[in-house]
Amino acid sequence: MTTRRLVLSRSAAVIGAASTGLLLPEIARAQGNKVRVGLMLPYTGTFAQLGVAIENGFRMALNEQGGKLGGREIEFFKVDDESEPSKGVENATKLVQRDKVDVLVGTVHSGVQMGIHKVARESGVLNLIPNAGIHAATRALCAPNVFRTSFTNSQPTLALGQAMVKRGHKKAVWISWKYAAGDEAFEGFKESYTKAGGTILKELALPFPNVEFQALLTEIAALKPDAVACFFAGGGAAKFIKDYAAAGLKGKIPLYGSGFLTEGVLDAAGPAADGIITTMHYSDSLDTKRNKEFRLAYAKTFKMQPDVYAVQGYDTGLLLVQGANAVKGDLTNKKVLYAALEKAVIDSPRGKWTMSKAHNPVQDMYLRVVANKENKVIGIAAKALSDSGAGCKLG
Amino acid sequence: MDFATFLIQLLNSVQYGLLLFMLAAGLTLIFGIMGVVNLAHGSFYMIGAYLAWSLSSTFGSLTLAILGGALLSVLLGLALEWLLFRHFYQRDHLDQVLLTFGLIYIFEELRSILWGDDVHGVPIPDLLGASIPLTETLSYPVYRLFMSGVCIALAAGLYLLISKTRLGMKIRAGAFNRDMAEALGINIKLIHALVFALGVTLATIAGMVAAPISSVYPNMGSQVLIMCFVVVVIGGIGSVRGALIAALLVGLVDTFGKVLVPQVAGMLVYMLMAAVLLWKPQGLFKQ
Repeated sequence: MTTRRLVLSRSAAVIGAASTGLLLPEIARAQGNKVRVGLMLPYTGTFAQLGVAIENGFRMALNEQGGKLGGREIEFFKVDDESEPSKGVENATKLVQRDKVDVLVGTVHSGVQMGIHKVARESGVLNLIPNAGIHAATRALCAPNVFRTSFTNSQPTLALGQAMVKRGHKKAVWISWKYAAGDEAFEGFKESYTKAGGTILKELALPFPNVEFQALLTEIAALKPDAVACFFAGGGAAKFIKDYAAAGLKGKIPLYGSGFLTEGVLDAAGPAADGIITTMHYSDSLDTKRNKEFRLAYAKTFKMQPDVYAVQGYDTGLLLVQGANAVKGDLTNKKVLYAALEKAVIDSPRGKWTMSKAHNPVQDMYLRVVANKENKVIGIAAKALSDSGAGCKLG
Repeated sequence: MDFATFLIQLLNSVQYGLLLFMLAAGLTLIFGIMGVVNLAHGSFYMIGAYLAWSLSSTFGSLTLAILGGALLSVLLGLALEWLLFRHFYQRDHLDQVLLTFGLIYIFEELRSILWGDDVHGVPIPDLLGASIPLTETLSYPVYRLFMSGVCIALAAGLYLLISKTRLGMKIRAGAFNRDMAEALGINIKLIHALVFALGVTLATIAGMVAAPISSVYPNMGSQVLIMCFVVVVIGGIGSVRGALIAALLVGLVDTFGKVLVPQVAGMLVYMLMAAVLLWKPQGLFKQ
């Protein structure tokens, strides 16, 4: 039995190796010495647009360098991760083992990110996270070869609590979906709000991605808090904003949230969104020269308006460029490469930011209010805000 | 929870239950009459919502959009039945599941090509845009009451159609014994085509009517599909009356579960389903 199984598995391995090119002569594989960049992003499903925006931004940053990394040509490998956590490890392995990428850029969905993270930690491949905000990636499970260019899930809400108390809202109700991102956003809110002297009357939650909010809105009306803070995103966010207004709560109990509440949904939500105050690391209407130039160039190239995801993709490109320049394109020189990434200062459309010891951005959080389908910046809620990086032993 | 809040929550649960019924009715009808498990039912809900959005921005009126959309869905239903489903009535449930599962992906891709991946809002018609103040902080949108009205009207219409009309008699005869009904001169193929189109139209109407308050976004169908199946299973597969009772029950459990025991709210509906199945393995009303 054993030998038979051995024969079978070995022949399978040979076939597998042949099909992935492992048996080709070494010279043929080297292929003119290009940097191999793997993009593992959602190109179908709920987050398809986010994947496209990130890739656009990323390519834009590389194209500003003549489409080269540290002087070397680039070869791209793309995998659609479908935002499907169960395929996370498999898809990341494809890029690392079959395509032999030097750097893996991805992804959006936190569940899929954990799959990538496992592969990155085991193979040691450089992983740049352009969106997924799951804490573990830059906290307890942080790794020398994993860098995030976006945020942690609790970072925006970590700036929210104090801003609410400052505006005189001392008693608040929290509402979000009951899943990792919602829980982590709540952690940030709880810390900042109670520290600033606020009281959380109740934490309301509904299962993800349930959008039947009516029961909880009734509950909010009965509790009569000074304000409501929340975490929702995407289609569910648009519905929440509209339901909140339709239930008559808008104008009576101010609504606050993590900035994702009002990203990409303002057209759908219409006037119901006016007056919602959120905190985030970017706003389309950010009035800086850097942001305006970026937005103009992006719109010209891709014939569409950039959003926060495009900015994160762009910053991922900027970071990789800095690293690659430091090692003159030799991404195998890991020690120097990682040191350069850790010391990088990113001149982003969102404002300058740096890397924390746990490899997460130290960045300003803007206070924004919705007016006329736009997130208007009305101040900085927290300057150079860093995630705690709790449990990370790097640096 | 004081008494007023309790009553409002009761209203919420009935209203949610009625919406679920409108969604599940088409599913249970198609299964009950033709024996087809239709996983693509949620996609029809999504198509309805997108139709409401695109037609109402073309016509400038939601009523016209719903009428036009309903007409299009009848055509879509007839075409799908003629091209695909007709050939699957006698086949194994697994084949049907594979077919309709594939359809989910096809509809999602078509939606992405035709309408893009954006989140859209459909404005509530001015006539129904008001809210009724209930307490000093809470008001109830008239549109939600209107939705409940539409659901009740459809439920009544379905009941009359199936149990009081000649067509309904033929439908029931066909479901009971296909060969015998055919031998008696009933054009069973036509009946099946009509029932299928009706099931599709019910789902798209649900999508269209719900669009103004639910917003319109990718994958919205897959979220409601699971709840639909829960309702159909609890109610007894194929029973329209069972679907109504089950939908109201699910609405009740979901609403009060979220408020009273939020920690397990996600499970409660499924626990209800398990409990009902233990008690009555065929569902509440087995045909």
